[in-house]
Amino acid sequence: MIDFMAKQKNVLPGFNISIGFTIFYLSLIVLIPLSAAFIKTTELSLAEFWHVVTAPRVLASYKLTFGTSLIGALINAVFGLLTAWVLVRYTFPGKKIIDALVDLPFALPTAVAGIALTAVYAGNGWIGSWLEPHGIKVAFTPLGIIVALTFIGLPFVVRTVQPVLQDLEAETEEAAASLGANRWQTFSKIIFPAIWPALLTGFALAFARAIGEYGSVIFIAGNVPMVSEITPLIIITKLEQYEYSSATAIAVVMLVISFLLLFAINGLQWWMSRRSDASK
Amino acid sequence: MFKKKWLVSLFITATTFITSNAVADSSLLNVSYDVTREFYKDFNPAFIKYWKQKTGETITVNQSHGGSSKQARSVVDGLEADIISMNQAPDIDILYERAKLIPKDWQKRLPNASSPTSSTIVFLVRQGNPKNIKDWDDLVKPGTAVVIPNPKTSGNGKYSYLAAWGYVLKKGGNEAQAKKFVSKLFKNVPVLDTGGRGATTTFAQRDIGDVLLTFENEVNLINKELGDKFDVVYPSSSILAENPIAVVDKYVDKHHTRALAQAYADFHYSEAGQEIAAKHYLRPSLATVAAKHKTEFKQIDLFSVDDVFGGWTKAQKTHFADGGTFDAIYTK
Repeated sequence: MIDFMAKQKNVLPGFNISIGFTIFYLSLIVLIPLSAAFIKTTELSLAEFWHVVTAPRVLASYKLTFGTSLIGALINAVFGLLTAWVLVRYTFPGKKIIDALVDLPFALPTAVAGIALTAVYAGNGWIGSWLEPHGIKVAFTPLGIIVALTFIGLPFVVRTVQPVLQDLEAETEEAAASLGANRWQTFSKIIFPAIWPALLTGFALAFARAIGEYGSVIFIAGNVPMVSEITPLIIITKLEQYEYSSATAIAVVMLVISFLLLFAINGLQWWMSRRSDASK
Repeated sequence: MFKKKWLVSLFITATTFITSNAVADSSLLNVSYDVTREFYKDFNPAFIKYWKQKTGETITVNQSHGGSSKQARSVVDGLEADIISMNQAPDIDILYERAKLIPKDWQKRLPNASSPTSSTIVFLVRQGNPKNIKDWDDLVKPGTAVVIPNPKTSGNGKYSYLAAWGYVLKKGGNEAQAKKFVSKLFKNVPVLDTGGRGATTTFAQRDIGDVLLTFENEVNLINKELGDKFDVVYPSSSILAENPIAVVDKYVDKHHTRALAQAYADFHYSEAGQEIAAKHYLRPSLATVAAKHKTEFKQIDLFSVDDVFGGWTKAQKTHFADGGTFDAIYTK
């Protein structure tokens, strides 16, 4: 806190104008549209609001959306880190192509991703026809949702971790090794603390992206109420029926939960980096 | 200085060119749903030709296609459509309810409740009909997988749901039996797509399900596209799916296109318009054209939403609104 106060007397000029612009810009792009959502829900009474956002189908969809998003983001954290590691630390032919492939989920229209994934994982698809005899159904089950969310979230982790890994000097690892650390110790004591904040950011981004994802999921989910119906679909369904205020009510609940989760992750990150600063 | 003047004159020429071009001939915007794309590709050139012959005026007809309620919402929110054509009356009612763009009794302004064509819900089964599906009762048997799009988000789904419900009532069943029947039917639905085309893909491309429920015109289109992989089965009774059309009063008055829009709407009912509809497997309403295509449209017992469900408003409220009978299938 004291640190923050001290920073107000910055040697850099133009603090007032730049903070002013930042707030104006954020208001225009983020806060005004979001507050419109909050205002729209005031058309409902508190009892109506509560009734809408706690209906059994809606509750089941929160569980599904946040659960699958969390699993998808966790998978991305592990394998995205691995991918970033490979891309930074090794040289091999075709590396540039693989590097470019990572961004593909960003560029691809999500509907295309959804249709492609469904085609591959459906019972008659390349992977699906191989998995289904083993009793593993991916398309049209919650598992399919996880696959789609993992797909769209991949670039976030890779792209946040990659630059940090790049900046990490190999000498520190060599020093650790020469001081007698084994490979696991080098990773857990030297590398991991350095990339941990970036990894957490990537995880948070992938998670947030997955919560709001609609386009790719509806094709692969099956969309059966109580089983594979995601919250964004419920919102779309309400809009289709011209029930604008109850649609926004559910949207507001999602917004609040997402904000709290992202706030918690940011807090965790802040706490982690402070701890690592203190230990220096 | 010279450069600046040159730029200004270029700008003026450009703008006059653009604006004069827009004023020169009148145009119509027809906002419609997804599957009419092919129909209007044939219908619009025919109307343009007819109008040219009649008045000497060259016009353009612009089309906008998309999910039906999304399209209706765009018009309510300010997409200035001269004509709206949908596959269920509620998607046009909304223009009156939300924005007063048309009068409440818009359905009385054109023949047949403003519906130049109709369709019905039929079954599409895999070639040779391996599960021997003949009628609605076969759909609720255990082990039969039925693909129906979500009734909350698609016209196909709504009509399929009401067709099954109406089938039980028509057979002499009561509301409770109908509810039980429809519950059993939807327990057999493995995938609830959000729209009709999505359901078609699930059934035809992903090999999911034994039977697909969709519109007769859509079924014939699938058969034409995908050849002999599927068979069409007509149930003993089904629902009459009307395709209503309306001139959007507020916008035609603003655009001064009322006469043109009215002629466009009327052309749907003309012999030429009805022939084009029949070609696209939409049931014509004009007796002469209907008689000509009698063999293509199998005569089955068709009941309307008004007859069996007391109108769309009531059907919507009882069955598809939140907490309605459709929700009850999944939450109880």
